[in-house]
Amino acid sequence: MNLSQSLQSASLTDPGRVRDHNEDCIESRPEMGLFVLADGMGGYNAGEVASGMATSLIADGLQEVWKPSEIARMGREEAKALSEKLIGEHVGRANSAIFTTSQNNPECAGMGTTLVVCLFFDNFLTVAHIGDSRLYRLRGDVMEQVTRDHSLLQEQLDSGLITPEEAKLSQNKNLVTRALGIDPSVDTEIHVYETQPDDTYLLCSDGLSDMVEDEEIRLTLITLKTNPSLTVQQLVQAANDNGGRDNISAMLTRVAEPFGVPRGWLARLKALFR
Amino acid sequence: MAKLILSVDGQVLKEFNLSKERTLIGRKAHNDIQIDNLAVSGEHAAIITILNDSFIEDLGSTNGTMVNGKPIKKHFLQNNDVVEIGKHKLKYFNDAPTAATAADFEKTMIIRNPAKAAPPPPKPEANMGDTQTNLRPTSEAPKPAASATTTATSSPMPSAPAQAPSAPPPPPAMAPPMPPPRDHAPHPAPAAHHAPPPAGAATPLREAAIQVLSGAAAGRTLDLTKNLTTIGKPGLQVAVITKRPNGYFITHVEGATYPTLNGTSLGGAAHPLGDHDLIEIAGVKMEFFYKP
Repeated sequence: MNLSQSLQSASLTDPGRVRDHNEDCIESRPEMGLFVLADGMGGYNAGEVASGMATSLIADGLQEVWKPSEIARMGREEAKALSEKLIGEHVGRANSAIFTTSQNNPECAGMGTTLVVCLFFDNFLTVAHIGDSRLYRLRGDVMEQVTRDHSLLQEQLDSGLITPEEAKLSQNKNLVTRALGIDPSVDTEIHVYETQPDDTYLLCSDGLSDMVEDEEIRLTLITLKTNPSLTVQQLVQAANDNGGRDNISAMLTRVAEPFGVPRGWLARLKALFR
Repeated sequence: MAKLILSVDGQVLKEFNLSKERTLIGRKAHNDIQIDNLAVSGEHAAIITILNDSFIEDLGSTNGTMVNGKPIKKHFLQNNDVVEIGKHKLKYFNDAPTAATAADFEKTMIIRNPAKAAPPPPKPEANMGDTQTNLRPTSEAPKPAASATTTATSSPMPSAPAQAPSAPPPPPAMAPPMPPPRDHAPHPAPAAHHAPPPAGAATPLREAAIQVLSGAAAGRTLDLTKNLTTIGKPGLQVAVITKRPNGYFITHVEGATYPTLNGTSLGGAAHPLGDHDLIEIAGVKMEFFYKP
C-alpha cells in the first residue's frame, strides 16, 4: 500500500526574512500518509533541537509501528482507534525525550515545541496537535481551520473577551498554553476526520498564519490546486512579501482520489492488479 | 508595560502604570485611578490587563465613558487611544512591542496553565524575549534539518537531525521537574528600539493588465487586480501571474508543456514580467502591459 499516489503532497520550510535560523521542522512520509510539523521555541538555538527531535522521533516511531498493509486487515473503526492510540503514545514519548534532554542540558533548558501530526489512512485522517501550529482544510471553496489553537488568544476568543477583529490587533499573539517537551507529561488533542476526494489539507506554523490572511491562503489553495509544490512556494513567498517576521512552514496534501482500503475478496483482487 | 496619562484641559496630572489585572477608575478614594470630580461616578470604569493587552469597561457610570470621541461599553485599548471621562482624559500608551526587538517580540512562548504547573505565569513586566528562559548566549546547539536555507522536503533531509547533544545518562529521578527559573529582568529602558517597518511594505505596485492578441477572445483585456491570476486552459496548460511588492511574475502551474514568454519556454521557475512582454499559453498569444 502506497498512499503517495492518492495523496499529492509538497512541503516547504523557510527561515523568513527576520530570523537568521529556522526553528521550524517538518517531516513527511507520503508513502504512509504521515506529515509532521513542529515550531520550536525557547533557548537560543534549543527551539530547533526540540522541533527536530519531535518531528524525527514521531515520524520514525510511527513508521516502526504503523504498517498500512497489516492495518488494512483490521476493521476501519479499529484502525481509527489504533491510529489515535499510537499517535498519542509516540507524541508522549517525544515529550519525555525532549523534556529529559532539556533537564540534562543547560543549553536546552526550557525548550519546547508546537506540533501538528496528520496521518491519512482508509479515507480518514487522524490529527494530533499541541500549541498554535495549525491544520486547515479546503473542501470545495470553503476553507476551515481544523485545529483550535492552544493559545491565550484562542482562550480569550472562546470566552468572548475579544472579537476575531480585535484578536488581529492583539499583542498576545505569540503565547501558547500548551507545548511539547516543557512538562513531564503533555496533553495532546487528537481527533479523527473523514476525508473526501479533492480535499486539500494545509499544515502550517504561525509564521504563515500570522503573516498571510486566511482569505489569501484560501484563494491560493483554490487557484493553484493542481500544483501542490507551487502552492507551498507561493504561500511561503506571500508570508515573506508581507514581512516574513517568523519562520514559515507549509505542508500541503491534496486527496487526489479516494484511498480506501479494499475490503472483500473482489476489491482486494482488483487492488492487486492496479 | 502599558500606562495611562491623566490630563485635564491639556494639563498632565499624573501617570499610571497598568500593573494590575484590574485597575479601577472612579471618584471614590478606593479607586486605583481616583478622579475627584462630580462628573465621574463613584466607580466609573475598569481596565482589565492581560499581559500586553488592556480592555476598558464602563461600569454603568452616569455620564458614560468615551474612547477616541465615541461612547463605549467595552473597548480593546490600542496604543494612543484617548479615554474621556467627563473633562478628564486618559491617554493609553502601550510600548510593549518596542521594549524588545521585533524579532524577540514575535517569538512564540509558552504560558503555563496555573493548574498544571507550579511556577507563576510570566510577569508582564519582564522583557518579552526573556520570559522563556535564563540561558546565556554562549550555547551552540546542533542545528537539525533545515537551517538557514529554504529546504524542500523532496530533497533528502538528514534523517536524524537532533539526537540530543551529548546527552548525559538519564537523571537519577524525574523528581525535580520544575522548569528553569524565569528571568525577572527589570523592564528594559523604554527608549531605544523601534520595530523595523514590515519589509514588504513598499510603494504600491503599478496597475497592470494583459491583453489577448489571438484566438476567440482577441482584443479582450484582463486587469491584474488579484494577487494571483490564472490564465490558460484548465487541464491543458495553465500559468499564474503573481502580483508581488516587487513586480509581476509568471509561473507555470499545470500542463505537460510550458507556456512561453517572449518566445522562450517558462520552465518550472517564476519569471518577472516586463512591460509589453508576450505570453503564449494554450495556443493563445497575450501581452502584459503596465496601465498608464
